[in-house]
Amino acid sequence: MIKARDLTRSFKTKAGIVEAVRGLSLDVAEGELVAFLGPNGAGKSTSVRMLTTLLPLSSGQATVGGHDVAREPAAVRRKIGYVGQGTGSGPYHRVRDELVTQGQAQRMRQRDARRRADDLLGMLELDGLADRDCASLSGGQKRRLDVALGLMHTPPILFLDEPSTGLDPHSRANLWEHITRLRQHSGMTIFLTTHYLDEADIMAERVMIMDHGVMIADDTPARLKADLAGDTIRISVLCEDQAASAAEIAQNLPGARQTSADRRDVAVTLPDGTALLPEFIRRLHDAGIEAMTASVKSPTLDDVFLGLTGRSLRETAAA
Amino acid sequence: MSFITDTGIAFRREITPTIRSWYYIAFGLVQPLLYLGLFVPLLGTMPGAESAGISPLQWFVPGMVVMLVLFTTVTCGWSLTEELLSGSFERLLATPMSRPAIMVGRALKELAPLLVQALLVILIAAPFGLQLYPLPMLLGLLLLLVFGVGVAALSYALAIASKRDGSLFYMVTHSISLPMMLLGGVLLPMTNAPQWLFIASRFNPLTYLVEAERALFLGNIADPAVLYGTLVAVAVAALGLAVGVQQIRRASL
Repeated sequence: MIKARDLTRSFKTKAGIVEAVRGLSLDVAEGELVAFLGPNGAGKSTSVRMLTTLLPLSSGQATVGGHDVAREPAAVRRKIGYVGQGTGSGPYHRVRDELVTQGQAQRMRQRDARRRADDLLGMLELDGLADRDCASLSGGQKRRLDVALGLMHTPPILFLDEPSTGLDPHSRANLWEHITRLRQHSGMTIFLTTHYLDEADIMAERVMIMDHGVMIADDTPARLKADLAGDTIRISVLCEDQAASAAEIAQNLPGARQTSADRRDVAVTLPDGTALLPEFIRRLHDAGIEAMTASVKSPTLDDVFLGLTGRSLRETAAA
Repeated sequence: MSFITDTGIAFRREITPTIRSWYYIAFGLVQPLLYLGLFVPLLGTMPGAESAGISPLQWFVPGMVVMLVLFTTVTCGWSLTEELLSGSFERLLATPMSRPAIMVGRALKELAPLLVQALLVILIAAPFGLQLYPLPMLLGLLLLLVFGVGVAALSYALAIASKRDGSLFYMVTHSISLPMMLLGGVLLPMTNAPQWLFIASRFNPLTYLVEAERALFLGNIADPAVLYGTLVAVAVAALGLAVGVQQIRRASL
């Protein structure tokens, strides 16, 4: 449904030319839910804006829904729903009016647009708000209205640019509940950007990690974590001497990547930590070392990002 | 035909909130009525403004209507700035709607209340000596519509170009519209102007539009001034839409 080859985009700024996207290639199949993850300024939004025809490409080629974004922008726009970073509804307009306008802009007949608007208001728990000014809605309601606007013409592909940024945790969870349910009904392809790690981890079937305008990883969250981060086993022992010996034993565990001993604590990173923990403890026991405490920590996508870039996404996202 | 449909969609989206607050349109009448009541009486004694047996209203009303259209359309890009920053304009750009139609529809929304005001001013001025020439006058308003769409589109283009800098937008619009209005002979006739000022006014496109409107308000459709004014209005509309569409396309929002 989405195919991009060597996309680049540069901007002229006072400081010189900024290359926001530097050679992005990607493929998204029909029905996939893909998350674009990366810190602010990684080039996620720029990429989405190119794929949605809002920003001309500096170079490269992309097709969305089978249409070339540069040559047939109008055909692409009919295939996509776009929920941008900002608020899509106009402040002085009423909720239903905006939905009907959107439907008509997407070539729906007015009668169908009105019916669809009422359906979506129900589906997204916006009932009773149809005749309110959009400016009077709460943050969560506005965001759900943005999603409704994007869904008016029942597009096969939905782009969501930072859909939950700025929402409180409750509204975020609520928004995702709706998006997940809508997707189960329609089977549409969803392409979203986020800098929330947990969101990408839980929601997306596939995560593409972007940093400095290039894609640095592309796989399912589970495989990314197993291949690029791995589990961390932590144990504590009786004294520092034992910790040093334990670290040596840990180093010889199958697939062990990184071990460290800090006073009485030993940590080792390896794939499939839960299966190797009993083996590790047995080997320690054979060497006369008793583990006092033991834990296995599954990796997060942040560990993946840290492993790939040496930086934490949490820090860069907060910066 | 999607251009006309899309213009209708854009116009309807924008006009609906305006109609709901219709009292603003009524309030907009205050300014032109103040001009008619407090300024026009001075014109009776101005050499050049009066002609034998014709009310100064016949001369002043068309100029004033041009001024209303110019000031409103020049600053209407401001309303777009809010939507540019919030994201609702971008949302419409992600639909198959025609770009020029989005601009024309928005511009017509600014012009529709002015049209109502202009018609009311004409009707109110009639009992005070404004002679009515319905067809030429309507033609004059149509001309203003074309001109207004062009100026509004230029204003939108400026709003997009300066969207992170509201004071820049105001600086540019004011430093263009005020001299244009003064040099267009809107309030006082340029025929009394010193030579240099008169020559300068000939380089102001607004001058030709004002002269065309004045001819039409006197019922003189065949006056060459009407032709020149029409050419100016069409040229401004074409330029405005071309610049506006290009600005939307190039906008690295």
